[in-house]
Amino acid sequence: MAKAKYDLVIKGGRVVDPELGFGSEAYIFIADGKISEISKETAAIRKKVAALPAEKVIDATGKLVTPGLIDMHVHLREPGREDKETVTTGCQAAAAGGFTSVCCMPNTSPAIDNQEAVKFVLSRAEYADARVYVIGAITKGLKGEELAEIGDLVKTGAVAISDDGNYVQNPEIMRRALEYAGMFKIPIITHAEDQYLCADGVMNESYEGSRLGLKGRPAVGEVIAVLRDIKLCQFVGGRLHVAHVSTAGAVAAIREAKKEGIKVTAEVAPHHFSLTDEEIGKEFNTNLRVNPPLRTQKDVEAVVEALVDGTIDCIASDHAPHSEEEKDVEFDMAPPGMIGLETTLGLVKTRLIDKGYLSWGDAVRKMTYNPARILGLPGGKLEVGAAADITVIDPDKKWTVRKEKFRSKSKNSPFIGWKLSAKVAYTILGGRVVYKG
Amino acid sequence: MKLKSRHLLGLEGLAAEEITLILDTAESFREIIERPIKKVPTLRGVTILNLFYEPSTRTRISFELAEKRLSADTISFSKSMSSVKKGESLKDTVRNIEALKINMIVIRHSSSGAPYLLTRCTDSNIINAGDGRHEHPTQALLDLFTIRRKYKKLKGLRVVLVGDVKHSRVVRSNIWGLKAMGASVALCAPSTLLPYEVDKFGVDVYTNVEEAIDGADVVNIMRIQLERQQAGLFPSQREYTNLFGITKERLKLLNKNFTIMHPGPMNRGIEITSEVADGKSSVILEQVTNGQAIRMAVLYLLSGKKEETE
Repeated sequence: MAKAKYDLVIKGGRVVDPELGFGSEAYIFIADGKISEISKETAAIRKKVAALPAEKVIDATGKLVTPGLIDMHVHLREPGREDKETVTTGCQAAAAGGFTSVCCMPNTSPAIDNQEAVKFVLSRAEYADARVYVIGAITKGLKGEELAEIGDLVKTGAVAISDDGNYVQNPEIMRRALEYAGMFKIPIITHAEDQYLCADGVMNESYEGSRLGLKGRPAVGEVIAVLRDIKLCQFVGGRLHVAHVSTAGAVAAIREAKKEGIKVTAEVAPHHFSLTDEEIGKEFNTNLRVNPPLRTQKDVEAVVEALVDGTIDCIASDHAPHSEEEKDVEFDMAPPGMIGLETTLGLVKTRLIDKGYLSWGDAVRKMTYNPARILGLPGGKLEVGAAADITVIDPDKKWTVRKEKFRSKSKNSPFIGWKLSAKVAYTILGGRVVYKG
Repeated sequence: MKLKSRHLLGLEGLAAEEITLILDTAESFREIIERPIKKVPTLRGVTILNLFYEPSTRTRISFELAEKRLSADTISFSKSMSSVKKGESLKDTVRNIEALKINMIVIRHSSSGAPYLLTRCTDSNIINAGDGRHEHPTQALLDLFTIRRKYKKLKGLRVVLVGDVKHSRVVRSNIWGLKAMGASVALCAPSTLLPYEVDKFGVDVYTNVEEAIDGADVVNIMRIQLERQQAGLFPSQREYTNLFGITKERLKLLNKNFTIMHPGPMNRGIEITSEVADGKSSVILEQVTNGQAIRMAVLYLLSGKKEETE
């Protein structure tokens, strides 16, 4: 973090905060990288602000002021694929998307399955435009065979473990991982897709897949994988977090598990509430290839309902950068994944808030407070004395997603050309403006 | 009447009038290939690239011969004898060859949708000669053509497609083509070789071959590959033959004046007995001859078609 002292005041914005509530206009004072005061407008406050030089005042009138957004599921590709993304560029993309914290997945090359790898990523993040929290591997090399040195990973700073990209196929290994991780009070994040049922599959198994002749990754592959992990978690304890839930069946399983008091939480990615498998056949756009795959309208409705009723706790981008040359190939040869840091907020507004499913309060909770609580991160709320990680959002500003505007090193977004609402006005990290819209 | 698109990527979405135009055009080319001199100057000056990323005998020869008989200049490319082995991508391969000024590309590829990629990275007219499990439009067109020549119509005929429906691009293209032309379509396969949600294709589906072919006019038999058995999709070839093989016995269930078809290559004794394949109702070799006329018609109708005419 920069050492210099930044004094800023954010004036007149409507504060959306899980603890402070929604909608009241306030002045937020920042000193020494921290929030020093949150006040209602009074004559005294007005006077105090008027005395500050103009460049220290952000006029947020008509805008929303939220705790810095937290994306608990991103791929920063460093080390190994710096051509696709680096910690630096990924954090620039995060800042442009309103995120002040990101959690990076360990499926790098080599994998983040040891202390040194965690230290390396954290060192790369020191001067980045977002805070980076590392998610370590569950198993060595993400191979699903032997547990990684989870204690060491946690000691160096890992906030969770995951073999994201792969399901831990062997139930015995997953059982031991849940037991072992339980000692350190960290969650295990599962990429729940049975590797046998989904082997070589490139899109949802559905009429669309049948029509296009593309090999399927069936919904049941996710449902079975989620159910198994829930049952293991129930049996041995520990905490389970289900990444990128995409099916109605998995939603139902998680809802049921929560009712039974099993310690399971879940996230959804924007593409799983914004797109269906019917998009693929239009032109076999490889930016639509993602694991788990885009599902049906029924699944989209189910994940939205789960966001509404709280079954799904978080919205996370699953930002997965891939180079143009890797994506500009035959559909089944393209690597899975799409970028998402810079479009998540717009999609949440356009697809969830504007359609009346979530309030701004709900949405902000799922993008700040909930991920912070699940992973034990600071932030997620605006608090005097806490680091000044703040996002200022222009809630009704319309904009078009443009390829050339992405700050991410990769451009693999199926949302290019989409018209979205809500744009980040300022992203403030520890009192420093890291993005200005 | 003209074709709407400048490419032939599949039969799904093609209107009956467009299919009829292709079949009618093929009739005149069918007549040409019976002449002693089988060459016409129609595509003189047109250069066509045959891009075969997957092994093929009849489709490749059929296209090459169709092109030559239309007086086009042709280049043929196979994956095994090219820079693909050196790691060149499909896009780069095509763009490099196109830089030599190509007009049309015929592509066979194991990836569903590969021809769509070409439409995005080249200016040539693209003809799909089979992509993955997706479509094989010229094969279905020649099937339709063969049926129409025999019955003088397609509407109202009962056509049954038997075999590995799940992995067959020929089946998919046949479904769209036959439905557009008003034929009644049925599929028959072991349930493990039917695609997921097969009922949504809007055709009849059977897992009992005798029920499927009962009262049918045409049976089009798809190849069963040994790999499918190894992948656990059916227990043995013997059991497949017993349950689904088209034998002389089973032909009694068909309508009088029935027709037996197979897109090849055949596994004699597995999905079809030799007696049936070589019987008087078999049009399997006629299909091959007709394929040439269909490909000539498609090449002719698409050649010179530009974006703005869409």
